[in-house]
Amino acid sequence: MRLNFKTYRTTMTYLLLIAVSVVLILPFLWIISTSLKGSESIFAIPPQWIPKQIHWDNYAKVFTKMPFFIYMKNSIFISVMTILGTLISGSLVAYAFACMKWPGRDWLFVFMLGTMMLPMQVTMIPVFVLFKQFGWLNTFKPLIVPAFFGGGAFNIFLLRQFFLTIPKDLFEAARLDGCSEFRIYWEIVLPLAKPALATVAILTFMMTWNDFLGPLIYISDKLKGTLALGLAMFVGQYQTEWGVLMAASVLVMLPIIILFFLFQKYFIQGFMMSGIKG
Amino acid sequence: MQKKTGRIRKSPQQRKQTLLGYLFVSPWVIGFLIFGLYPIIMSFYYSLCQYDVLRIPQFIGFGNYKELLQNDPYFWKSIWNTLYYTVIRTPLVILGSLLLAVLVNNTVKGIRFFRTIFFIPSIITGVVLSALWLWLLNPQYGLFNSILAVFGIHGPLWLQSPNWSKLSIVLMSLWSIGGGRMLVFLAALQGIPTALYEVVDIDGGGWWAKFRHVTVPMVSPVIFLWTILDVIFSFQVFTEAYVMTKGGPLNSTLFYNLYLYYKAFDDFSMGYASALAWLLLVMILVITLIQFLVGKKFVYYEGK
Repeated sequence: MRLNFKTYRTTMTYLLLIAVSVVLILPFLWIISTSLKGSESIFAIPPQWIPKQIHWDNYAKVFTKMPFFIYMKNSIFISVMTILGTLISGSLVAYAFACMKWPGRDWLFVFMLGTMMLPMQVTMIPVFVLFKQFGWLNTFKPLIVPAFFGGGAFNIFLLRQFFLTIPKDLFEAARLDGCSEFRIYWEIVLPLAKPALATVAILTFMMTWNDFLGPLIYISDKLKGTLALGLAMFVGQYQTEWGVLMAASVLVMLPIIILFFLFQKYFIQGFMMSGIKG
Repeated sequence: MQKKTGRIRKSPQQRKQTLLGYLFVSPWVIGFLIFGLYPIIMSFYYSLCQYDVLRIPQFIGFGNYKELLQNDPYFWKSIWNTLYYTVIRTPLVILGSLLLAVLVNNTVKGIRFFRTIFFIPSIITGVVLSALWLWLLNPQYGLFNSILAVFGIHGPLWLQSPNWSKLSIVLMSLWSIGGGRMLVFLAALQGIPTALYEVVDIDGGGWWAKFRHVTVPMVSPVIFLWTILDVIFSFQVFTEAYVMTKGGPLNSTLFYNLYLYYKAFDDFSMGYASALAWLLLVMILVITLIQFLVGKKFVYYEGK
């Protein structure tokens, strides 16, 4: 009796797990299927899951209808620079909060956490005006430069939490040996913090690669656009050519999917701590 | 290291640490002054002005606020849309992801595989997410209505119907966020001592009793935190509406931040948009404060 109940429970669990998986994965299959269809099978009723004729040319059309590789280059450049800025400046600030003692430290830390509550809309317009005065409109600078000032309160928080787990004796000993703060940071703390740095890098990449509002406000030159911006324009122009539009969407999300399978651990860690998306 | 010794003279060692501490933390402090404090003050100043970026701001007192509150039907429409979206989405996201977490908190074989599958939609956001769902929700040929048609149901117009447009965006957001939040709750669930569940077993309670009397109270601090954050996130919905509906049909997806964006960067009414931004800040602060006051009663903290 007991055994039967257990088997029943396990079966039910598997059924539920499979049902939810199907619901969550079905959209992906549908999209990939559409991206390989010509209009004759896209508008077929009942829908065909496996198109009779595979249209690879949808993917080819993406490259002729938008400057895909230029957008990709721009997106990669902005993402890499933003990650760099965040890792360098964020880890310095986190080091000050986690490994050093100075008056006002804890007060400033709490204050910094408080600033996370501020909606970016409150700062958006004056920052736009500021960048306009710098003559930075239609350049990548507004999208990159702010990352070099700490890389956002949340990333600093994340790094600080990790730095706190490093045993204090390690750098106390180094200090007694006359090791400079910068060397402790660079040669002891940073190498130990690689997993945390990787998590922050992944989160920053996701945010930057998908950022839409930033490029929308600051970039007007078509060839300076990012993939997200280009795809949004594509949506406006080709809303009837679903095969091509889905092919474009697949191409834009591909880098993230590949990164996910390569660095699953860091993605999951990042999401457990942040759940970044709104 | 010395303990706090009041105003007693500090050693050169300590003074050096203090100086270096300030130096290391300075990137954030300078960044906050330039990209945080200065813009907030300027934003308030602009909100009291008529300002189109090209000419100098013209001070008009509280004119923008007056206009917003008294003569702007779009303002009220956008508040209604945003509240509707927030009130429906937040509990569904929390409950849905909590149930998912309970489901994957099992120890059956292959559970890690299922956790990964559940999580995958969460890496899709922004414009890509919007483009995909525009097609999934297509009334004639999209996935949803195709499946409904199999059961003989004539599906709604989704994003093209004023009654369904907001719900469509809620549905999309559930798909794209459930797995990520699930991980947050899973971490919390794994911290619950199994002894607590055994007590319910002894009392003869079933699945529901365990969920209601052990799981929910034990993860209530996490539920509380994420309710607050999700309300703030919902208030800032923008990209989905901009890409999929441009605020339509019949302004049914004209969310607060979309309206703000149109005012600022289509009309270049920067003063008016700044007033909108300040009202947003005030609303978020007030709502969060209320949640804190109400939440304190329901949240269970261990060891209290």
